[in-house]
Amino acid sequence: MAWSATSPGANQPDNTAFTQQRLPAWQPLLSAGIVLPLFFCVGLAFIGLGLGLYYTSNGIKELEYDYTGDPGTGNCSVCAAAGERVAPPPANCTCQWCFSLSELFQGPVFLYYELSNFYQNNRRYVVSRDDAQLSGLASALRHPTNECAPYQRSPAGVPIAPCGAIANSLFNDSFKLLHQRLPGGAYVEVPLDRTGIAWWTDYHVKFHNPEPINGSLKLAFYGTAKPPNWPRPAYDLSPDPNNTGFVNQDFVVWMRTAALPTFRKLYARIRHGNYSAGLPRGAYCVNITYNYPVLAFDGHKRLIFSSISWMGGKNPFLGVAYLTFGSLCIVTGFVMLVVYIRHQDENGEDEDE
Amino acid sequence: MTKEERKKKKKEGRKHVVVSNLPFEGRPQKENPNGQHKKNQIKTTKYTLLSFLPKNIFEQLHRFANIYFVAIAVLNFVPVINAFQPAVGLIPICIMLMVTALKDAWEDLRRYKSDKIINNQHCFIYTRKEQDYVQKHWKDVRVGDFVQLQCNEIIPADILLLFSSDPSGVCHLETANLDGETNLKQRRVVKGFLHQEPRFEPELFQNKIVCEKPNNNLSKFKGYMEHPDQTRTGFNSESLLLRGCTIRNTEVVVGIVIYAGHETKAMLNNSGPRYKRSKIERQMNMDIFFCVWILFFMCLIGAIGHGIWKGKFSRLPPFDVPDANGSFPPVALQGFYMFLTMIILLQILIPISLYVSIELVKLGQVFFLHNDIDLYDEEADLSIQCRAFNITEDLGQIQYIFSDKTGTLTENKMVFRRCTIMGNEFSHQENAKRLETQKEVDSDDDDWTKCQYGALSSIDTVRCPGRAKPLRRSQSARAHFQCHTRHRSVGRCDSAQSAVAFSSTIEKDVTPDQGLLTKVKDATLKLETLTAHKVTKPSLSTGSSITDFFLALAICNSVVVSTSTEPRQRVIIPPQMKSLGASLEKIHQLFQKLKLSSLSQSFSSTAPSDLGESLGPNPTVVDSDEQDDLSSNSCGYSTGISYQSSSREEVMGKQDILGAGSSSLEDVLDSVIPEPEFCYEAESPDEAALVHAAGAYNFTLVSRTPDQVTVRLPQGTLLTFDLLYTLGFDSVRKRMSVIVRHPLTGEIIVYTKGADSVIMDLLEDPDKAKDPIAEKKLRKIRAKTQKHLDWYAKDGLRTLCIAKKVLKEEDFQRWVNFRHEAEASFDNQDELLMQTAQYLETQLTLLGATGIEDRLQEGVPDTISALREAGIRIWVLTGDKQETAVNIAHSCKLLDQTDTVYTINTESQETCESILDCTLEEVKRCYDTRKAEHKFWGICLPPQAPSSTIEAAGPNIGLVIDGKTLNIIFQGNLEKKFLELTKYCHSILCCRSTPLQKSMIVKLVRDKLKVMTLSIGDGANDVSMIQAADVGIGISGQEGMQAVMSSDFAISRFKHLKKLLLVHGHWCYSRLARMVIYYFYKNVCYVNLLFWYQFFCGFSGTTMIDYWQMIFFNLFFTSLPPLVFGILDKDISAETLLALPELYKSGQDSQFYKLPTFWIAMLDAFYQSLICFFIPYLAYKDSDIDIFTFGTPINTISLTTLLLHQAMEMKTWTFIHGFVLIASFLLYFLVSIVYNAICVTCNSPTNPYWIIEKQLSDPTFYLLCFLTPVAALFPRYFILALKGTCGKSSLLEAQKLDKLPKEKKKLAIQEWKKEKERISTACQAALSPGNASLGHLQVSPFTGQESRDNSLKDTPSPMKRHAGDWVLNRDRSSPYPCPGHVGYNKSSPSSSVRPSPDEHLLGSSGSEAFGIFKDTQTGSPGASSRGSHRRSQSSLTI
Repeated sequence: MAWSATSPGANQPDNTAFTQQRLPAWQPLLSAGIVLPLFFCVGLAFIGLGLGLYYTSNGIKELEYDYTGDPGTGNCSVCAAAGERVAPPPANCTCQWCFSLSELFQGPVFLYYELSNFYQNNRRYVVSRDDAQLSGLASALRHPTNECAPYQRSPAGVPIAPCGAIANSLFNDSFKLLHQRLPGGAYVEVPLDRTGIAWWTDYHVKFHNPEPINGSLKLAFYGTAKPPNWPRPAYDLSPDPNNTGFVNQDFVVWMRTAALPTFRKLYARIRHGNYSAGLPRGAYCVNITYNYPVLAFDGHKRLIFSSISWMGGKNPFLGVAYLTFGSLCIVTGFVMLVVYIRHQDENGEDEDE
Repeated sequence: MTKEERKKKKKEGRKHVVVSNLPFEGRPQKENPNGQHKKNQIKTTKYTLLSFLPKNIFEQLHRFANIYFVAIAVLNFVPVINAFQPAVGLIPICIMLMVTALKDAWEDLRRYKSDKIINNQHCFIYTRKEQDYVQKHWKDVRVGDFVQLQCNEIIPADILLLFSSDPSGVCHLETANLDGETNLKQRRVVKGFLHQEPRFEPELFQNKIVCEKPNNNLSKFKGYMEHPDQTRTGFNSESLLLRGCTIRNTEVVVGIVIYAGHETKAMLNNSGPRYKRSKIERQMNMDIFFCVWILFFMCLIGAIGHGIWKGKFSRLPPFDVPDANGSFPPVALQGFYMFLTMIILLQILIPISLYVSIELVKLGQVFFLHNDIDLYDEEADLSIQCRAFNITEDLGQIQYIFSDKTGTLTENKMVFRRCTIMGNEFSHQENAKRLETQKEVDSDDDDWTKCQYGALSSIDTVRCPGRAKPLRRSQSARAHFQCHTRHRSVGRCDSAQSAVAFSSTIEKDVTPDQGLLTKVKDATLKLETLTAHKVTKPSLSTGSSITDFFLALAICNSVVVSTSTEPRQRVIIPPQMKSLGASLEKIHQLFQKLKLSSLSQSFSSTAPSDLGESLGPNPTVVDSDEQDDLSSNSCGYSTGISYQSSSREEVMGKQDILGAGSSSLEDVLDSVIPEPEFCYEAESPDEAALVHAAGAYNFTLVSRTPDQVTVRLPQGTLLTFDLLYTLGFDSVRKRMSVIVRHPLTGEIIVYTKGADSVIMDLLEDPDKAKDPIAEKKLRKIRAKTQKHLDWYAKDGLRTLCIAKKVLKEEDFQRWVNFRHEAEASFDNQDELLMQTAQYLETQLTLLGATGIEDRLQEGVPDTISALREAGIRIWVLTGDKQETAVNIAHSCKLLDQTDTVYTINTESQETCESILDCTLEEVKRCYDTRKAEHKFWGICLPPQAPSSTIEAAGPNIGLVIDGKTLNIIFQGNLEKKFLELTKYCHSILCCRSTPLQKSMIVKLVRDKLKVMTLSIGDGANDVSMIQAADVGIGISGQEGMQAVMSSDFAISRFKHLKKLLLVHGHWCYSRLARMVIYYFYKNVCYVNLLFWYQFFCGFSGTTMIDYWQMIFFNLFFTSLPPLVFGILDKDISAETLLALPELYKSGQDSQFYKLPTFWIAMLDAFYQSLICFFIPYLAYKDSDIDIFTFGTPINTISLTTLLLHQAMEMKTWTFIHGFVLIASFLLYFLVSIVYNAICVTCNSPTNPYWIIEKQLSDPTFYLLCFLTPVAALFPRYFILALKGTCGKSSLLEAQKLDKLPKEKKKLAIQEWKKEKERISTACQAALSPGNASLGHLQVSPFTGQESRDNSLKDTPSPMKRHAGDWVLNRDRSSPYPCPGHVGYNKSSPSSSVRPSPDEHLLGSSGSEAFGIFKDTQTGSPGASSRGSHRRSQSSLTI
């Protein structure tokens, strides 16, 4: 029961372009004539871009070596086999990979390690970390989140720092690059820049050590346990106070979980001293400290030297893809042209009738 | 004894007992026997503050979709299963529930507020303490209270009327609040309470009231009152004042509250909004079901994949995390867990936001519907009302329309057109002419209208300069219209100026037929001479019959009289009574003389000779034009407020002077003339029309009380009849009667008015007439009248027969006793009342018949032909007579001249069956030939099943069927055959059908043929039909609001249907359909990205996109464009849609949303998601990319792709479209940048800090964003372009037309139509030989020309056997006015131009068939191209 007192015409709708749905409008209607130039333009642009990309990508050099140590593939197989048999693999088994460069490996050169078949993106693995703890929050240090379970507390009930499966499975192989300038000459260690390999924001914003007590990081970590797989506690990761604990760059890099089961992680950059322009020609050897077992899950480990360009690392795919779709557009453009001409004829005939 | 008591109690339990509250005042509620009844406080709210949250959530969980999402959110809390953080998983469903809850809360708050206002209204209740009526709130009213109401007050509860200040014990109600009817209803005081002291004493009331339990039937109510002495008085709805109505014209009424609060009839009738499920929604649910299956398979793949992946590892890999306690569950169990996790992960495959979006889109669509100025009716100040919000898109898919005729196709403005009296026809040509010109005059008077508007601001109308010039009828219409709107504006408080139903100028002004006018004059003259006792042949003299006829028109009705100066103030006492007192004596004497001389027949007319002598010859017959001026004058004055008050005084003053002084009769009669015009308020428009018609011949109804009716005769004398009984109209009897005592002769006369079919059966048997001459005459009159009736019907007029009967005093007394008994009975009161009425209404003498025209509404033929062109089949279901219906059908282009019309009227099942078979065979044969032609004529459309699409070509088939036949079809299981036949018919006409039949037909067609149906109607009799159809449309016309209340959409004119369906329907459908498809596509495309990723994360349920980003993605970034698309997109402009109705067919065939469309969208979604995932995958393969850095470009790409896809789907771009698309895109970056910049450790562990910023500085990201959307949309774009070039669909053509400039567009549309016509005529030409042979199959027992019909030989024998009771009639044109008709066709040019062979063959048979009326339904064949100009034809003849 509603009574409304209205004046005559009060219910009359507003006569505006909006309410009457008469707004000025553009009516695109796709037809061959209109899309023809578009197809050709896009096609040409893509092909151009694709060519550029392709050559850029081709200009990037990569040098890689699988050091997993499958039986009979070199000296790393000994370490691999040893690691297979013993539960915590024997510490500091070393092996070597030697190669020679016939010309300058254009810098800056990046040293990556690559793991394959390693599912760092497994859901339960991905969540098994405590960002609050890693950001240096004191309370989180003592009370790691439940997500970390079962790497939340040690069997004794002591909180683990850093907690979680990701931290626990930290990659712990290490590499040393040696350069023999002249044949028969002495091997010189190439300086590897191990800083700045993590994201700047990770290292400076996200990851912080807990506030040192009396200047000692060890005291700050007092009352926490090391992750079960770690040989030493977090504060002992490196003697450099800016690279130890939660802000250890290797650790920070590892904690950024990879998107795909085969992934690379930056190990070092070569940019110091004589090697700032790249790796000069000569013989090289990489001394590998083999710690990380991967055979259990059919994994592979690789070492990669790579230079980069403006578009990142070596990847010919984008260039190829641009070329493919570019040419597809051109082909379609021609199809459209045929259709267009035929249709014009038909229309003409119709009009003649 | 106990048993009896129990029985009694049980009986009491079924009844509603009310006693006075007064004896119990001050005592506890429990002791009051009324205590069990509901209080008057109403509460329509659903929730209270406390119960809101639990109740609302509980209610929301009744929706299946909500349960699904809640279940998934709960699953997320199980640690082994969860895909996201549990709390985050709750967000979407919480937002959904919250939005809905807020909406509900707001609605409830509004209800609460309006309840409060209503509950706190004031009314007067009697209390013993004060010994008076005390003001109280509505909510304090209890059953058993005595309530006093004053004029213009609203009734607080259902009240039994016990006292009225009106001396005759009536009170008037306006029920507009209840049913929208603006006319006044009369209510009467319960019998026995009529004659009371000026004041009603509630304390003396000791009766017990027993009545029905509360129910929702507004018109039915019965009960009795038990007096302390055990006697009973019956009462019915005549005495019930309903809650919500307004008291009018009565100073004070008192009544006892019977039902209060929620038990009142008004509240019981107040059902909530209707929920209907639209066709798209039904289809959508089906597709959601498919989505569930897709989801299931995807989850299954996930579960199995996870199991296999797990099984691969012989030892624990470092990336596999055991349970919290360090152990691993068995692989199978892990697989199962993964299944559940995947459900959580992929949940948006079932589009959660789709439901909300659809609701929002429909809201927007309703907004635009409501705001369409083309659907706005200025006169009623009403725009379209959408009562059902969720079926807008059904408007675009209508295949069948079921329409009412009266009030829907026609205006329901009854105009008196012609009459026949004692076998003499009066054609009223002037009147016809007037009706023709009506419209033009109306439009000419714009300046006058302006002037009237000016006058509204209380300036006296007289000052208006326009008044001098155009004082013609149309102005009175304007004036009346002004009254009307003014009334609306002032609202309920001001009753001085108000609407009077059924009295527009068209209805009011009747130009009398000159011939008849002369006869009326003659009759009066003759009566003058009667004083000399020269009675020649009084019994059947035409003169007396004419007066009798007009008296019956004036008396036999339930019209309420008021004056135009004070509408709503009833005229009770004829003002001149007193002054005429002296001369009345003389008249009385005269009648006594007459009675002596007039054998058994009575004259009810008067012609006081001395009056006539004193006045000179025919002094009172005012020239009709002059009178028109007068009437418009007075009505014009009525708008001037200042005049209004004075005019009455003036008149009164004059009368006083006249009454006091011994002035001459001339003066008396002079004073009669300037008297203000009377306004008549009738319950049905026919009544008003008849009273106005009588008024045109100066038989003016002056006043009416329950006991008396006063009529002014042409001579100016006032004649007051005692009203002994009124037997009201009902649809079973189809007639009404009044029983009056003639004031002069003292005879008791029954005047009956009713449908011809009924009255003709009730006439006195001519055989019983006293002498053979009289007998012959009676027969002749009867036959002639019947003939005229048939003409009227053919001309589309509504016919009514008028008859009378003179009762003997003792017969009447006996009948009165019966009647009283019937009224007092409780159980079978209705039946007894009916019996008594039927008992009386027999042996009637026929006076004559009237033809009333119900004019077609403006734009109806155009609308119907457009709808037909749109491929909609139109059925007209009417209660009217077949001839009338067929005629209206022709004039509104429902049946075309070239149509083949089959008529089926039968009463036996076998016949019916054989007719159906026969017709079906014939029709099929016709279609077969057509099919063959189709093959031959390559231009024609390929033949399709007639059910799916109606061919544009070929002759159309119409079917006319009547209610009786329908009954047989329903009873005899012939529905199938009937439906089969109707599939071939374009238009079907069901005449004489009851409301029940109407709804049965609608249901039958809807359920059996599985088509979309729409019902449109305006009256209460259409309610069931409106409710039965998929879409119900009510016309808010003159017959109240009942149809509107039960409808989904309410429009004010039939012509609005054209734009509503063709434009809005098409738009709503295409918009919503494409939006739904897009939604499915969108969700599948997005969810699949996650699914593809599972192949690279060991099916572990990881997402590479941050969960908040995912929520935002659905909530903000991609939600608005589809909404805007669903509300605003126009595939084709309104002008084109209106110009080319056939475009509507796309909606009927569900072209935009079919199963294939859905699957194509799914496929496209799969393809696009593959591209969107794998291009970034391959680009980032073997790199140091991390999960969320990998997800961000994918998210961006898919957003771009989805938005571009949407952009491709949009057919019309306004700035809103562009803005929303670009804004969505930018918003994504804005939100992402802000979110990724501030969220350092939030949303652990999927921490998105600084990811997008990093990506934005990476060229690969941009390279991906360019390439991927192009690659993803490439196929769709290609196909769209191909379609756009080579596509042949009419929609596409229309879109191309739309792009042309205006002038060119017009030309192109014309060309298009020409083309269509060319094709259809080509097909028709091909068919014509077949037609010719079939063209004149006429099987009729009356033709006697069967031998001529070759095709008849083929008809099976049962047809011939039953030839006696049916007519299978196939005519190729409209039924054509019989050649024998007096004024017809002689001058009609078209008939003589090109008589077809059919006409020659069967013309005579047609007229022959007319001679034998009743059981023949013959449409006689005639030349084509005639019926369309029916009206102009009849006006031309004169």
